[in-house]
Amino acid sequence: MSGPPDYESIPGTYVYDARRGRIGYRLNMFCMSLNKAENRASFKADPAAYVDRFALTAEQRRAVLERDWLGMLKVGGNIYYTIKIAFCDGLTFQDVAGMMSGVPKETYARMMLAGGRSPDGNRYKSGTLPEVERGTPSTAPEAGVVPGSPGVTS
Amino acid sequence: MARIVAGIASSHVPAIGVAMDKGQTGTPYWQPLFRGYEPARDWLAKLKPDVAIIVYNDHASAFSLQLIPTFLIGVADEFPIADEGFGPRPVPVVRGSPRLAWHLAESLILDEFDMTIANEMPVDHGLTVPLSVTCGQPAAWPFAVIPICVNVVQFPPPTGARCYKLGQAIARAVASFDEDLSIVIYGTGGMSHQLQGERAGLINRDFDTKFLDGMTRDPLALTRISHTEYMRESGSEGVEMVMWHVMRGALGPHATEVYRHYHVPASNTAAALLILDNRSAA
Repeated sequence: MSGPPDYESIPGTYVYDARRGRIGYRLNMFCMSLNKAENRASFKADPAAYVDRFALTAEQRRAVLERDWLGMLKVGGNIYYTIKIAFCDGLTFQDVAGMMSGVPKETYARMMLAGGRSPDGNRYKSGTLPEVERGTPSTAPEAGVVPGSPGVTS
Repeated sequence: MARIVAGIASSHVPAIGVAMDKGQTGTPYWQPLFRGYEPARDWLAKLKPDVAIIVYNDHASAFSLQLIPTFLIGVADEFPIADEGFGPRPVPVVRGSPRLAWHLAESLILDEFDMTIANEMPVDHGLTVPLSVTCGQPAAWPFAVIPICVNVVQFPPPTGARCYKLGQAIARAVASFDEDLSIVIYGTGGMSHQLQGERAGLINRDFDTKFLDGMTRDPLALTRISHTEYMRESGSEGVEMVMWHVMRGALGPHATEVYRHYHVPASNTAAALLILDNRSAA
């Protein structure tokens, strides 16, 4: 593959692809261990000691211990895995989604009740051009939605 | 001869299962969603299928990143309920259909679909929530189940077109089975949702509506949607909808829509239930 994948132009999105798979394996396997009740108990009793069984990088370790949900994705966390830490904390998927999108829980819940986050203005990162997209059949963005329009940026 | 009598597409949002397990389906938040499931449950109860083939993705429950099967079929006598990190759901054990499952495995592999075969695996909300949605809370599930797992957790999942062709191969395999069985096939996941990143909460009602319409109007056109288009238009986890194509590919070209329910939000997700009748669709 040459150049960044076309989905890299989607804002606020961390696709768990080969690049992230190469850095995220241990972090995600730590999360996988939390499927066992006895491991959840060990993690809750001494989080740092438990995490240290998994040879994480310093940044992965910090992100887990500080519950930096977005930070975990940036160092190879896969949401289907990192959510298990949240379950361990008694949080829901919606709690964590709100935290990742950077708004208070109530604001996020209201957005969802009102129909969710609109794709309009959230299809392309600022400065990326839809024209350079590769490998996608003929769905052009609607008229009026231009790169750089308000929305999520990352 | 075995025959596929219906296709069912269903979201598998974990919170839907939690709401049922905790008796919250009548609350103002959940009632509009669950009310829409009732006609589908009645329809399916009257249909009385013998077996359900349920196409779903495992969510780091039976499989981790250690082994990532793109397509897998479960051939066990029964499948226990997985602990996904908050204890197993309090739902009945899932009874398998090993004789048919082994026939499918052999037929699919010789038909050039290189299935991974699982003799032992727990099943998670990806499979049990669609069962709960369509069967309610019985003491035992009313039919046997053959789980078919599709990887959507490690990018890239198989393409929509490949999934559709797998569905066609499942239909050929079912048609060559010697027992008189009535079978439903489920495609699960979706619809639009994004669980991760700053863009979490994305919902695209227009995309979802066109996708639901396309299931009967032009399913082949839907198989040409690329992964990037799913992720851009329907959220990063909207790509789960490739699994609907397995279901659709297993039905005849003229399968008819008999029921549709669409509701936003179920937690972070646009939840849908679609039933396609395949009894006169050849």
